[in-house]
Amino acid sequence: MAALGIFSRDKKEKLDRGLEKTKENVFKKLTRAMVGRSEVNEEVLDELEEILISSDVGVNTTLRIIERIEKRVARDKYLNAGELDRILREEVAALLAENADGEPVGFESVLTAKPYVIMVVGVNGVGKTTTIAKLAHQFKKLGKKVFLGAADTFRAAAVDQLSVWAERAGVEIVKQKMGADPASVAFDTLSAARAHDADVIIVDTAGRLHNKLNLMNELAKIKRVMQKVIPDAPHEVLLILDGSTGQNAFEQARQFTAVTEVTALCITKLDGTAKGGVVLGISDQFRIPVRYIGLGEGLDDIQVFNRTEFVDSLFRRDNE
Amino acid sequence: MFDNLTDRLEQAFRLLKGQGMITEINVAETLKDVRRALLDADVNYRIAKSFTDQVKEKALGQKILTAVKPGQMMVKIVHDELAELMGGQMEDVDLKGNPAVILIAGLQGSGKTTFSAKLARHLKSKKGRNPLLVAGDVYRPAAIEQLKVLGEQAGIPVYTGEDNKNPVKIARAAVRHARQQGYNLVIIDTAGRLAIDQEMMDEIAAIKKEVNPNETLFVVDAMTGQDAVNTAREFNNRLDYEGVVLTKLDGDTRGGAALSIRAEVNKPIKFVSAGEKLDALDVFHPDRMADRILGMGDIVSLVERAQEQYDTAEARKMTKKIAKNQFNFNDFLSQVQQIKKMGNFKDLAGMIPGMGKALKNIDMDDNAFRGVEAIIQSMTPEERENPGLLNGSRRKRIAEGSGTSIQEVNRLVKQFEDTRKLMRSMTQGKKMGKMMGKMPGM
Repeated sequence: MAALGIFSRDKKEKLDRGLEKTKENVFKKLTRAMVGRSEVNEEVLDELEEILISSDVGVNTTLRIIERIEKRVARDKYLNAGELDRILREEVAALLAENADGEPVGFESVLTAKPYVIMVVGVNGVGKTTTIAKLAHQFKKLGKKVFLGAADTFRAAAVDQLSVWAERAGVEIVKQKMGADPASVAFDTLSAARAHDADVIIVDTAGRLHNKLNLMNELAKIKRVMQKVIPDAPHEVLLILDGSTGQNAFEQARQFTAVTEVTALCITKLDGTAKGGVVLGISDQFRIPVRYIGLGEGLDDIQVFNRTEFVDSLFRRDNE
Repeated sequence: MFDNLTDRLEQAFRLLKGQGMITEINVAETLKDVRRALLDADVNYRIAKSFTDQVKEKALGQKILTAVKPGQMMVKIVHDELAELMGGQMEDVDLKGNPAVILIAGLQGSGKTTFSAKLARHLKSKKGRNPLLVAGDVYRPAAIEQLKVLGEQAGIPVYTGEDNKNPVKIARAAVRHARQQGYNLVIIDTAGRLAIDQEMMDEIAAIKKEVNPNETLFVVDAMTGQDAVNTAREFNNRLDYEGVVLTKLDGDTRGGAALSIRAEVNKPIKFVSAGEKLDALDVFHPDRMADRILGMGDIVSLVERAQEQYDTAEARKMTKKIAKNQFNFNDFLSQVQQIKKMGNFKDLAGMIPGMGKALKNIDMDDNAFRGVEAIIQSMTPEERENPGLLNGSRRKRIAEGSGTSIQEVNRLVKQFEDTRKLMRSMTQGKKMGKMMGKMPGM
């Protein structure tokens, strides 16, 4: 296994545990498909197709991966399961690498401005508020002054929820009453945070389905209003995607990007049985890096996304 | 709802339509498209495969009978198979016992709390029940508060365990409370949990054992991908639930999870939830859903929803006015308000065959009528009664008053006149079919 770098061991184990099911699946199937065979054949590729599609990779991306592998096979003439494993890993990693630039970004190195403004968007129930709490906690641990903006003034008790998290994480929160204009909350948050010399500002927004045009336009407005306080804000528009979401995640990425120019993705709920294959597909199709992954409901259950480690965890065989 | 899948299938069938006969070869091509459409729609890999195999068998078996119109025949076969896969007939919720108890379970963020409130409201208004909502999510910050707020909006009392942090005890106490206070329906909202979280799964199994619910409903996000079958199966293994609830269907997800889950656990989908408004809940109708998948629209749902909201006395009065050509802007406004009451306009329009696709890229939401209402409300009572009064200067004043333009006012007056003419001719039994096309805003 690759050096852990910025990951602590227990975090790494958590990711592994979360992806356990994926690994078992992939390799049990691949090995079964390879037994008694000396070359990759139709059946193995079918098997691979099933594995990838079943991981929510999507038909387009799956076909692309298979095409690449077929080309590699024609060229390299590999012979056994071990080599198939390696080639597969390389091709999948290449898919991700093509779209992201450079090395993974740590929690600290993200902060290229002061205050650094993160606007969090996504459909309902993906884990926006929980992710904000986790991020706030991480930045706080780095000794940063964090302000949260409770601009989800729509969902029942969303402000209360964020307030509880703010208290737990020990960070400031700016809020108005439920039903208030979210853009106004964002404006207040940025003004207050700047006045208090904050390092990081994270603005929550209400979950909205990406096909509701009016609600999407509201996001654009929130963003515009932020710029009245800090002209280059938000520095990051973080789209939260639920790791168990299927192909609709593409549409989410497309629509939210169209309205708010999403700059980074966070994939949540990867501690469940969902495979997270959606990451490959979206990284393949949109040029938006995956920044974080969410792995549970605790304040520490978030990691900086690392392509190599992710693909590693996805395809690493346990008993090797 | 399933517009995207519809598009794909339509395309697949278009390929077939050009051909005179269904052969092994052209059926194989079409089925490949159907299968791909299903996969793109997040139908489980294996279920999509067995589905297309089934369709192929039927298609080839019947080719001699209807080979003249292979496209139509394929539509029928695919439709029938889809409907069968999704569960045949509709199934109601069991509300026997006093109180009847419904337990809500699902993953985090699937929409359990919103659904709980919707269900309580639904069973109160449709079945005359006196429900009590129970806040059983003691873990997520402010989850209890969320249910309280929703309960208040829906006019349903909410039972919370106060300082009690044990969901099993809360559930037991809530049922006792309901019995004492005369509530005949208890709906227990629970915390979201992962199927692989043993401790949490033990907890919900214990709640179920404790309260012995009539129904346990598994709530699942319609956008869920391939994992839907795993989650549905694991929850079913532990809870043996009675039904499935599909949420967030107002998005543009293709909703393949609906097909997968039904096929995987053989439990009916009892409700679909589409929107954050508390009345955006429908009983699931597999037949109609299959129709939707194939772009055949959902006229029955539309009519039912219209009937429910429409005031028949009001309608009778209106018919008379129309017949006498007395239909005025006040009536027009009340019509608009009737339509708005029926729910999300785009949802409604999507139920009309052919409309779903046409409306896909049009912004038509609940606010679509806002301008219309503003204009009418800027008219004087006399103007509303007698639209003939609306000369240039009056129109200018109305435009200013309503924050619109003269063009918009002109357009509305024109639409109004057209509508009036049309309605009059309709009451005289003519031109029925043209109504939809001429309704303002459509």
